[in-house]
Amino acid sequence: MITVENLVKEFGSKRAVNGVSFTVQRGEVLGFLGPNGAGKSTTMRMITGYMPPTAGRVLVGGHDVAEKPIAAKRLLGYLPESAPSYPDMTVHGFLSWAAEMRGLTGAARVDAIRRVSTLCFLDNVLQQSVDTLSKGYRHRTCLAQALIHDPDVLVLDEPTDGLDPNQKHEVRQLIKNMGRNKVIIFSTHILEEVEACCSRAIIIDRGQIVANGTPSELKARSELSGTVTLRVHGVAAETVRGKLANVAAAGKVTVDGDTAYVNARVFPRNRAISGELANAIARVVAQEGWSFDELHTEEGRLDDVFRSITMPDTAKSGA
Amino acid sequence: MNDSLRHVWTIAKRELGGYFNSPVAYVFIVIFLLLNGFFTFMLGYYFERGQASLAEPFFSWHPWLYLFLVPAVGMRLWAEERRSGTLELLLTMPIEPWQAIVAKFLASWIFLGIALALTFPVVITTAYLGDPDVGTVFSGYLGSFLLAGAYLGVTEMMSALTRNQIIAFIISVVAGSFIIHCGREPVTNLMNGWAPERLVDLVKSFSTWYHFLAFQRGVVDIRDLLYFGSVIGFSLFTTSVVLRGVRGA
Repeated sequence: MITVENLVKEFGSKRAVNGVSFTVQRGEVLGFLGPNGAGKSTTMRMITGYMPPTAGRVLVGGHDVAEKPIAAKRLLGYLPESAPSYPDMTVHGFLSWAAEMRGLTGAARVDAIRRVSTLCFLDNVLQQSVDTLSKGYRHRTCLAQALIHDPDVLVLDEPTDGLDPNQKHEVRQLIKNMGRNKVIIFSTHILEEVEACCSRAIIIDRGQIVANGTPSELKARSELSGTVTLRVHGVAAETVRGKLANVAAAGKVTVDGDTAYVNARVFPRNRAISGELANAIARVVAQEGWSFDELHTEEGRLDDVFRSITMPDTAKSGA
Repeated sequence: MNDSLRHVWTIAKRELGGYFNSPVAYVFIVIFLLLNGFFTFMLGYYFERGQASLAEPFFSWHPWLYLFLVPAVGMRLWAEERRSGTLELLLTMPIEPWQAIVAKFLASWIFLGIALALTFPVVITTAYLGDPDVGTVFSGYLGSFLLAGAYLGVTEMMSALTRNQIIAFIISVVAGSFIIHCGREPVTNLMNGWAPERLVDLVKSFSTWYHFLAFQRGVVDIRDLLYFGSVIGFSLFTTSVVLRGVRGA
């Protein structure tokens, strides 16, 4: 549905986007991650046809955005980064305008406005002027505009920015639900969001894609992925370390804490998430008769992966 | 209605609504009418002249009025879209950029037309007091409207250059002064001594002043129509070039 090929964007001598390629199929929700200034927004602007690329091309539903911009833009709904809207209009007026721009008139327009205002919880503010609204409402007004023509492709630049936790949750649900039969690309800084609603995530840094995979694939790249943490009490730290190090599947073992509570982390000898290591450790705990209150296998943390990928110099100290 | 026209109309309607939803429209119209009245009756010696003509006392002030008032109307056209980020929204709609450029121009031009039309009492006054030449009144209004369009085109282009409305206003006034003064005596006198006559005429022909003068005298010449048309066309084309740059081409 969306194909991005070797996309390059230069601003003067600065390369903001440097050879980005990926494809997204219908039914996928693609999370776009990266530090500030990594080129996320620039890439999205090129996908939506706002910015012409310096090199490379973007196909939306088979239409080259540079050559057939109108056909491509018809398929797209776009929420720009700052969620802009016209402050002098009412929410209803603004949505009505957006509908008309999308070629919706008469009953179709009325239906579309009703549908998106329910989806984005705008029913109570339809007659209010946009400049009297709080940030959350303004944000959702712009989101509603992106959904007005029920587009096949949604490009959302930080869709949950500035929303309160409840609203964030609602918007994530919305993205997840719509993602079943659309293509959604959204950018975010919030890593839980990627786990909550993406089927795939791309991490972009300094204009290049540095990781591309499902959230669990990405998490598996974390150093902590597959490690087992254990918390026992009433045993000396060194004893715990000694016993755990003897487990066949165990690699490095770290412990901290005193006799009251010992936190141990056991790294697997070969990195793979399986219950094997945790099982072996559970047997040790049972044999020794330690009392414990925590034992679990880490899936890995996206923020570790994110940090280690996007800040190669300092990642080690954080892990 | 075909798609292009529908897009132009949708955008123009929104722009026009923007004027009337805010105090801008009313403040502008009131000031425009007050100044027109002041210039015509006080500075234009409308009564003292004892002539049933609008050319000297009324229309001759318009180039100076428009010099400041048209940039005030047009300064927000693109600067505001750029500042608030709605430019991105507008240009990712399934439209061609020229449709937005033309629509914005038309909306502001219609607005200026409404303000101009509201000066009708001066026509009624003249018709009541004397017997003015209808053709001259009509051509004067036509010329004034075209003159406003020319300034507006320049203002729209300047507005695309910046995200700051005040800067857009100032550079529009400067550019407007330039296209009016280049045909007037202070400039032509400077050139008369050394420049070939053809060059002086060329520079003069760029000025709104003489083209508008013909309309005031009741002459509707195809060359003057072409002049205003090409000033408008050129500024709108330049606007599209500027916007392409703004989008990072």
